[in-house]
Amino acid sequence: MIEILDARKEQVYEKGKEGGELSCEKASVAGSVSQRACVFCGSRVVLYPIADAVHLVHGPVGCAAYTWDIRGSLSSGPELHRLSFSTDLQEKEVIYGGEKKLYAALTELINAYHPKAAFVYATCIIGLIGDDVQAVCTKVQKEQGIPVIPVHSEGFRGTKKDGYRSACEALYRLIGKDDETTVSGRAINILGDFNVAGETWLIKEYYRQMGIDVVSCITGDGRVDEIGRSHRAGLNVVQCSGSMTYLAKMMEESHGIPYRRVSYFGIEDTAEALYTVARYFDDPEILRVTEELVRSEVARVYPEVARYRRNLEGRRAAIYVGGSFKAFSLVKALRHLGMKSVVVGSQTGNKEDYEYLKEICDEGTIIVDDTNPLELSRFIQEKGVDLLIGGVKERPIAYKMGVAFCDHNHERKIALAGFEGMLNFSREVHDSIMSPVWEFSPAWRRRMDVALEATGKVKHETSGSARTR
Amino acid sequence: MKPAEAHEHGEGRTEPFVSTRNACKLCAPLGASVAFRGVEGCIPLVHGSQGCSTYIRRYVISHFKEPIDIASSNFSESSAIFGGGENLKTALDNLIRQYSPEAIGIATTCLSETIGDDVRLYVDQYRKSKVGKKTPAIIHASTPSYRGTHWEGFQEAIRAIVETLAEGGESNGSINLIPGFLSAEDLRHLKEILTAFGAPFTMLPDYSETLDGGTWADYQKLSTGGTAIESIRRMGGALVTIQLGSSLEGLKTAASCLEEKFAVPAVTCGLPIGIRENDAFFEALREASGAEIPETFSRERYRLIDAYIDGHKYVFGKRAVVHGEADLVISMASFLDEIGMVPVLCATGATPGNFEEKVRCALRHSKDEARIMEGTDFATMLEESEQAKPDIVIGSSKGYYLSRRLEVPLVRVGFPIHDRVGGQRILHVGYRGTQQLFDRIANAFIEVTQGTSAVGYSYI
Repeated sequence: MIEILDARKEQVYEKGKEGGELSCEKASVAGSVSQRACVFCGSRVVLYPIADAVHLVHGPVGCAAYTWDIRGSLSSGPELHRLSFSTDLQEKEVIYGGEKKLYAALTELINAYHPKAAFVYATCIIGLIGDDVQAVCTKVQKEQGIPVIPVHSEGFRGTKKDGYRSACEALYRLIGKDDETTVSGRAINILGDFNVAGETWLIKEYYRQMGIDVVSCITGDGRVDEIGRSHRAGLNVVQCSGSMTYLAKMMEESHGIPYRRVSYFGIEDTAEALYTVARYFDDPEILRVTEELVRSEVARVYPEVARYRRNLEGRRAAIYVGGSFKAFSLVKALRHLGMKSVVVGSQTGNKEDYEYLKEICDEGTIIVDDTNPLELSRFIQEKGVDLLIGGVKERPIAYKMGVAFCDHNHERKIALAGFEGMLNFSREVHDSIMSPVWEFSPAWRRRMDVALEATGKVKHETSGSARTR
Repeated sequence: MKPAEAHEHGEGRTEPFVSTRNACKLCAPLGASVAFRGVEGCIPLVHGSQGCSTYIRRYVISHFKEPIDIASSNFSESSAIFGGGENLKTALDNLIRQYSPEAIGIATTCLSETIGDDVRLYVDQYRKSKVGKKTPAIIHASTPSYRGTHWEGFQEAIRAIVETLAEGGESNGSINLIPGFLSAEDLRHLKEILTAFGAPFTMLPDYSETLDGGTWADYQKLSTGGTAIESIRRMGGALVTIQLGSSLEGLKTAASCLEEKFAVPAVTCGLPIGIRENDAFFEALREASGAEIPETFSRERYRLIDAYIDGHKYVFGKRAVVHGEADLVISMASFLDEIGMVPVLCATGATPGNFEEKVRCALRHSKDEARIMEGTDFATMLEESEQAKPDIVIGSSKGYYLSRRLEVPLVRVGFPIHDRVGGQRILHVGYRGTQQLFDRIANAFIEVTQGTSAVGYSYI
């Protein structure tokens, strides 16, 4: 049996068993092989989709190299975000400072690529070697006439969540630049959708049909100018609340824009998101159109989902994702597929998030904060999990254990948001679980045998196919 | 070129860029982590921020499609100020408790190196505090990402492993092989070749199983396989060390360390890709083992020459961009040169200093046209390609950036391959690996001919 480190015991909770509040929002335990990344990662993922900005990573090359074109965030126009720029500091710059190189790099990149803004990510060693990034940015901004914004994202200065905060602070500096362009009275900003596989476009299309304008998507298919006038929208609609609530709160305070937390994953949550916006504008026509839209989309999607459900009923899922808001939606979405979430965890959830998870999950569900491969493998085995939802780092753990997998991270190339996304999600889950390849996996076979014995049925036979489409 | 892609071009410049744009390299701790996973029961521990280990894991998984647990000492603000000693010790404790490893490979990062953390001292203190208790071997590689690339990190880790573990003693008649940053399939093939020569050998590192193993019945904390620590200890008593990689010559490496400390002679060969490089490698093995070249491989060699002849017209004069680690590019250039192709752009992100000389040396027929660039990146390669007008790109998945824009095929070799399955199973080395490369390259050209033909011949 894999042991859970003492320092982590309070970050694991099983519903129905003793134990109080789940401990969370703390640094990962040294040596625990956390699945989390760092402050830089948090900033980089949030700002990455802004497609007409230069994103310059100031530091040695690793941070920029690992984040070159790895996300599925799409752009309808420029694609500067898909390039990886680094000051690629060498030993001599670490000794003598990197400001000169930063200045030269910024200047040449702005001249060559004509961005609308530039973000400079300060990575681990920048503060330590004494670079004044703010001063260089101010100078270049003055010379070039575009916003040049430092993003304080030294990896060790907290967790990924602190990186979100730095990103929000950087974004905030772009807001309020444009008071000229006409903005309608029924306009919103979409916050916290990153247009992975075109999801922002799906959602924008719903709003278009509802008669709602979108001023700015922050940051999916993001544009500097749109962010510059986002303070004139009537409402901020926040998905991925872990990363973007901070910005929404700042905008509420400074510009009086209220915000609503929503999720576009799953049928109910998508519908609820649209209704939330419709209710906010309190216009019977918008409400009527929204109802119609939801009705027709559900009517289109539901029979398909039900068809997948036939094969998935009673299966067990483990969810381990970055933000817990997504986990809530996944628990609900899996219910539509007849599946039970028996392990649910996130990298960055807070107390309220975990309390809510406790509420919505069934008895016996393990809820975990900042887990690691060994713990995950133990939970998967203990709970007889059939499907793991996570990211690239979790995938091989699932596969080695004979467990199906659904990628719900930013690297995926399949849209999982909105009604259409629910269909894709169902298909992804279904196709992985129903693949006949598992029949060759010893780990899968043993799990099936245990499950069948528990129900008093015969052991699994190799001859019959698990696939009954 | 698509309109959106045209937008991202650096316009109208003649002087080189200061910044690195789409790097053709990764950072040193990545290479060290891969090397450490080539030692049996060894878990890598990256001494720095949490992100370093997580990014590296994600990247390595995208290529090998295998679990790779890499721990982090997880620096906080106070460790950056007061030093990471406490975090490192806690990490060692937790790792030993959870993984019961036989070895822990510590790779430092830019962060821990910049603040001047004395890892050697911390490790000594740690060992002293555990006297009388069974502790794993602790290896420390200095791998700040501002010095060198993943390739240097890989070599540095191997050097550190040997430095820490190898012992002298009587000659044991064995051959040491340091294979370079190769695929899992390459490592398996190298073992097959050495086994066929009949002499005992130690290959370090060996991640052919740890990073490309089978399916599991039970979850393994650390995947099985890797060079046994006992074997590494005996490397000091070997007859010879053969290190693969032309750019290693004259550097402080595992092989040179064994030579200095234990008088084990070091022999450097290029990566065995192509007839010329393989002949040299097989000759080195023949000399080291005293055995004749096994017939299987002589036959593979003749079959390869036969294939070269059968296919020479498809490849002659074709212009290639080759990118990747210096050693890979040097040997690939040699191979392309011997089949009549023109490596018009040979590029690496590393700066070994002798890259141009080594590549020129490898080119016998196509010297004049080759543009050889070290310390370069993909954006620069794209700009250079406008003049070079290549017919093919040969290198990692990152070369798709070039291939798509230049509208020429990409033949995937090296690391990372994360836009195809099977990157860990690509065979590059040996006569057999060369055969596969030759077929893939020739077929890539045939496919272009076929695909662009109005007729659509099914017989070419």
